[in-house]
Amino acid sequence: MGRKLDPTNKVKRGPGKKAKKQRGAETELAKFLTEDDNEPKRLSSRGRKRAAKRSQSKKPEQNQKPAKGRTDENNKWLKPAKRKRKTEEPENEDDSDEHWESDADEEEEEMEMLQMKGKKKSVATKQEEEDEEEEEDDDDDKPEEEMVDDYGTQEDGGEEEDESDGEELLPIERAAKKDKKLKQSVSPESGDDDEDEDEDEDDDEEEKDDSDAEEEEEDTVQANIDEVDSDTFRLPKAEETEKEGVMPLDLKQIYQRIKDNIEVLCNFSTKREEGKDRSDYISLLKKDLCMYYSYNSFLIEKLIDLFPLSELVEFLEANEIHRPVTIRTNTLKTRRRDLAQALINRGVNLDPLGKWSKVGLIIYDSSVPVGATPEYLAGQYMLQGASSLLPVMALSPQEGEYVLDMSSAPGGKTTYIAQLMRNTGIIVANDVNADRLKSVVGNIHRLGVTNTVVCNYDGRQFPKVMGGFDRVLLDAPCSGTGVIAKDPAVKTSKDEADILRSAHLQKELLLSAIDSVNAESATGGYLIYCTCSIMVEENEWVVDYALKKRNVKLVPTGLDFGSEGFTRAQVPSNTAPHSEILSSHSQHGWILCKEEKLEADNATAATSSEEKSSDQIKVKTVPAKGATSQSQTNGKSTKKPNGKKDLQTGAKKAKIQKTDEKTVPKAKKPEATTQESNASKPEKKEGKKFEKKLGKMKKTPMKAKKRMGRNKFKMLKHMLQKAEKQ
Amino acid sequence: MRPLTDEETKTMFEKLSKYIGENIKLLVDRPDGTYCFRLHNDRVYYMSEKILKLATNIARDKLVSVGTCFGKFTKTQKFRLHITALDFLAPYAKGFGVAAKSTQDCRRVDPMAIVVFHQADVGEFIRNEDALT
Repeated sequence: MGRKLDPTNKVKRGPGKKAKKQRGAETELAKFLTEDDNEPKRLSSRGRKRAAKRSQSKKPEQNQKPAKGRTDENNKWLKPAKRKRKTEEPENEDDSDEHWESDADEEEEEMEMLQMKGKKKSVATKQEEEDEEEEEDDDDDKPEEEMVDDYGTQEDGGEEEDESDGEELLPIERAAKKDKKLKQSVSPESGDDDEDEDEDEDDDEEEKDDSDAEEEEEDTVQANIDEVDSDTFRLPKAEETEKEGVMPLDLKQIYQRIKDNIEVLCNFSTKREEGKDRSDYISLLKKDLCMYYSYNSFLIEKLIDLFPLSELVEFLEANEIHRPVTIRTNTLKTRRRDLAQALINRGVNLDPLGKWSKVGLIIYDSSVPVGATPEYLAGQYMLQGASSLLPVMALSPQEGEYVLDMSSAPGGKTTYIAQLMRNTGIIVANDVNADRLKSVVGNIHRLGVTNTVVCNYDGRQFPKVMGGFDRVLLDAPCSGTGVIAKDPAVKTSKDEADILRSAHLQKELLLSAIDSVNAESATGGYLIYCTCSIMVEENEWVVDYALKKRNVKLVPTGLDFGSEGFTRAQVPSNTAPHSEILSSHSQHGWILCKEEKLEADNATAATSSEEKSSDQIKVKTVPAKGATSQSQTNGKSTKKPNGKKDLQTGAKKAKIQKTDEKTVPKAKKPEATTQESNASKPEKKEGKKFEKKLGKMKKTPMKAKKRMGRNKFKMLKHMLQKAEKQ
Repeated sequence: MRPLTDEETKTMFEKLSKYIGENIKLLVDRPDGTYCFRLHNDRVYYMSEKILKLATNIARDKLVSVGTCFGKFTKTQKFRLHITALDFLAPYAKGFGVAAKSTQDCRRVDPMAIVVFHQADVGEFIRNEDALT
């Protein structure tokens, strides 16, 4: 049925279900759409837009002109030209395609930008969609028509020759020419606005090319744009912004404005407009970003704070890019090579994930559903994002250990842990959501993992249920701002309250996780804290909080990419653990932080590595009081965050941020009992805060004490309540 | 979670022996430790003693699954194997076959006839995910 769909007859409005998913189809469709019968309609709608704009902008002259823009002369000349166009249309399309290809060759980036655009488009209304497609694909057609529409007036007198020349010119050249003419014939004030727009529309492709190319071309083609360049970007006036509210949005124009704006902001002293404040620019930028990428203003604000402006757009763009499916080989049942061979035989196009993973495969495309192959059902692999492999790799569970996965659903990380442990030891897979646990159980069984206990507690109850784990993985619930590409709903659904709420929960969870770790463990004593959020509140702050509250320290994750976290973020100073921003690998952004639980003072071994890493960061030993006290007591600067920044590999756009924070608390051996006692004393003095810590550090007897204390406290509370009631 | 009663043990072992015969012994006495069967929510789980000990810490209503689920007891106290037991049964499987009419023949049967033919397959991991535990 579906195959009989004739795109030429397509009348439905609005993007259909499929339009959303099948990106890339637009370019194909465009071939048909050019001949679409609603082309005139489109023109007229555009005409209407322009007319409206013009009516709002100053010149009455311009109002009239589009309507009867052509003199008789022009009519004569123009009509044949149009006809010619029409007959040539198919060729033109080919041309345009070639044009695109060559462009693409020149500029990889452009393609990506295009994709981005494509995505946007699918969201936009159908009408817009068509418009944009037209613009993109028949650049030949378009500029000509537009010339006729927009500039006929100004080009009336004796410029026909130029115009006819224009036909042979590349679109960009034509655009440049037009600009020139505009400048000459129209006073800069009146033309300015329109000019920008027209430029945008005409130069459509070039704009989408990277700005470098555009600027270069402009430089060479027309000298006078240089002047304009410096003041090209000026803040829109009040009435203009007002107008914007009324007018249909022109995304390209906004995109251009964002770019210009950022450029100005990057070289603020030289490019700023006199009398304008930085905040003016920023507020405009915020507005545009919200509109263009459809985020809510809260999130954009946060992101602006978080990223340097140059990276901001890259980040936003990266969030629009679809990530390839990745799978993880289940080494309990097969080997990666065998699996890859089997899948290739089924018509799956895949590649190894990267040097850093021995089990990951990237699926580029597949003729069969990857989630339903016999290999999948037999448990030979698991669909899992590459970024979610990292926390487990950082956790590096050893055989025979006793591991807790605090929020395990849907079981990807749990099964990976089991596979690293080769089904030995014990894994406790917990999740608060009973429904989601079904998938954990399904996956565990399918992958043949036999060493797990699946339970359904709230993570915060944990040390009470059981404790003494060698390693704990806390993949905390979070706002999901690192995986917007996966779930775009985040763009608009989160606000301050959500972030703080999840941060609060994360702190509670992290403390219970730390309490569940056995600091005395011979092999472990590590905890990994990771989130798929990029918010400082949910990562660095949380880890900092834990550092203050418990005797833990950060240790290197052992992953050789990512960048360090922020060490002093905004208001509350925080030490970022070594959170890693994995931009490359076109995967999602996570933060992870590895902490080591210190039993007594300091772990000698760990410190060395820490120090090493610390030089890379400008870190200071945490400013926070708790922290400082801790470090003092510890004697060594256990607290230094270490970070390494590797990443950010090639394509900037591919940059995603997944930051994983791993906090690994490791309890150091009771190496020096004397030291311990020494250390503990001062800590006690420090205050209650550290009592718990001490308990941990001190070992089981202490723990027992602590427990007793809690129970007693509860009993007391109970009694008190009773008493009150009575 | 509790050990199986004699009757339950008998029912289950009868069922298992249809597939793996005398090899049930091998399931329980394994070189890597003692394994045992436990009943939880009408389901029979197969786990090592080490894990069993740990799992006793967990409240009954919070425990979702331990080790591997072998199958479940129906309300009529019959035992049904789950697909999840496949990994453990496969090495000892006796080898057996089923005879059935072909699909073509089934189409030609008496209109009142009822054809039921259900075999376990790995697709149950997905189809029956909710019922696995």
